[in-house]
Amino acid sequence: MEPKEYRQRVRRMEQPRPVARNALWAFVVGGLICVVGQGVQSGLMSLGYDQESVKAPVSIILVFLGSLATALGLYDRLAKLGGMGANLPITGFANSVVAPAMEFKQEGPIMGTGARIFQVAGPVIAYGLLTAFVVGLVRFAISGGKP
Amino acid sequence: MSFLLAFLIGGALCLVAQLIMDFTGATPAVILVGSVVLGAIAAGLGIYEPFAKLAGAGATVPLPGFGFSLVSGLLREMPKEGWVALFSGAFKATGAGIKAALIFGLIASFVTRARA
Amino acid sequence: MSAQAAPALAQRGHLRLDAVIGAAATVVGPFEAKGPLGHLFDRVVKDDLCGEKSYERAEQCLLRGAVELLLDRSGVGAADVDLMLAGDLLDQITTTNFAGRDLGVPLLGLYSACATTSESLLLAGLAVTAGAARQAIAATASHHNAAERQYRYPLELGVQRAPTAQWTATGGAAFLVRPAGEGLARMVSATVGTIQDYGLKDPNNMGAAMAPAAADTILRHFRARGQTSRDYDLILTGDLARAGSPLLEELLAEQREHPGERLQDAGMLLYAEEQDVHAGGSGAVCSALVLASLALPRLRRGEIRRALLVATGSLHSPRSYQQGESIPTVAHAVELEAIS
Repeated sequence: MEPKEYRQRVRRMEQPRPVARNALWAFVVGGLICVVGQGVQSGLMSLGYDQESVKAPVSIILVFLGSLATALGLYDRLAKLGGMGANLPITGFANSVVAPAMEFKQEGPIMGTGARIFQVAGPVIAYGLLTAFVVGLVRFAISGGKP
Repeated sequence: MSFLLAFLIGGALCLVAQLIMDFTGATPAVILVGSVVLGAIAAGLGIYEPFAKLAGAGATVPLPGFGFSLVSGLLREMPKEGWVALFSGAFKATGAGIKAALIFGLIASFVTRARA
Repeated sequence: MSAQAAPALAQRGHLRLDAVIGAAATVVGPFEAKGPLGHLFDRVVKDDLCGEKSYERAEQCLLRGAVELLLDRSGVGAADVDLMLAGDLLDQITTTNFAGRDLGVPLLGLYSACATTSESLLLAGLAVTAGAARQAIAATASHHNAAERQYRYPLELGVQRAPTAQWTATGGAAFLVRPAGEGLARMVSATVGTIQDYGLKDPNNMGAAMAPAAADTILRHFRARGQTSRDYDLILTGDLARAGSPLLEELLAEQREHPGERLQDAGMLLYAEEQDVHAGGSGAVCSALVLASLALPRLRRGEIRRALLVATGSLHSPRSYQQGESIPTVAHAVELEAIS
């Protein structure tokens, strides 16, 4: 059999992913994490934070919650169910930093944890920063930086 | 009302990301990088800010909100700092989240280990 | 190809063997013990660290444990082992060579990924047949947690696995191969696989990548021996799992081979449905565990007369995958028959 023909057969016979179920759980898990975020934000604002100053503490608290769940070995189970619903929120970003930190402690604090802590989150930060740089450059070229 | 919007819109963003992953077979890393980049571009086009006003945490908690923070932080610093803001601005808005993840990650690596 | 080939080499890659598997020993992790074959394994380690400080060391502990148990139960001292052939999945096959430090036997480290089980058995059989060893050990080990960190993601990272993904088995298995006498089964012949690559690139669907290798080796083996699948009571592949097995059936059916129920896959036998291992088990030790716990005892009791072990391996590395290379695969076959 030709390799191409075989590859087509593999695609045809591949067990399909449970798309509807995955999508539903991604929606529910992701939505609920955002509700927690909204709750943290509302709570802090009732303590006197304003719309702008609340952003950093909300991030810190959500990152803490995601990190704690990862350290307790719960976040991978949540993500198995919720998929992108657990990966996309900032708690998932925390998971993507804490998981390799825990995993690679075996190779030592410097070349293990230290060197590999951003193994998963690194690309997100790198290309996010690059995009922001390009967007800023365009704005700078158009308006000289004025809003 | 703000809670319902956060649930619906935050959930919808995750649902779309999940559908893209399941239909294209892209790895999670590609999806996550893509959503930060798209969030940053939407912020640059001025679309994300009104969206975030409506959806609250539903727009800022998912990763496109990280892209939005990177860009909005940079643009906010630009009138003050000029071109230097291209290099320093983005971290001002997002540094807290990144550093928190780093610190908690290091602490977790000291006190616990990965399990199956 | 000359008609006057050496007697051991009737056809390219086909080997006539005259040896027996004298004994087998298995050590598994707690998760494998919960599977349907759990009660058939010789020893279960208490936790997946095996009392060690890393999962890599735990894998060495599993391999060492299986070999020591094998020597123990067959009353053979390490000094009486002429040759050990063993392999695993980790970089530079460290499990095998590190475990070898404590065993003190002449050791050759092997790598054919999950086909290492049959590679080690056929080489041990060949050494014994050729009179180069009176007692040879064939052994493999793998560890889920060690394989995950090498091939895939950190354990705590939230990842949704594809339905075609497989679960690396945690365990060690060892077999004692001798020229003749008492034992579990006779090794009659073997077929060395050729590397097959149909251009598949998805490491989350290794079963599909490996099915053509299994089909090629099985058909070549039948041709060399003048057999069909009807000559066998069991054709045990390892590990095509739920994604690869139907593809193998189709590839065989196209060559008018319909093994039906005779065709079983180790990856689908090791775990229960509710253990949620997706398409099934994999790992260098997976087919060895099923061979030792299920196939060999049935051969010894005479419940089955003839079996073909077809262990299959995906020969990619994390780096080759990242560089966009397709997955080369191989399958080696070992033909076993009941002694009495």
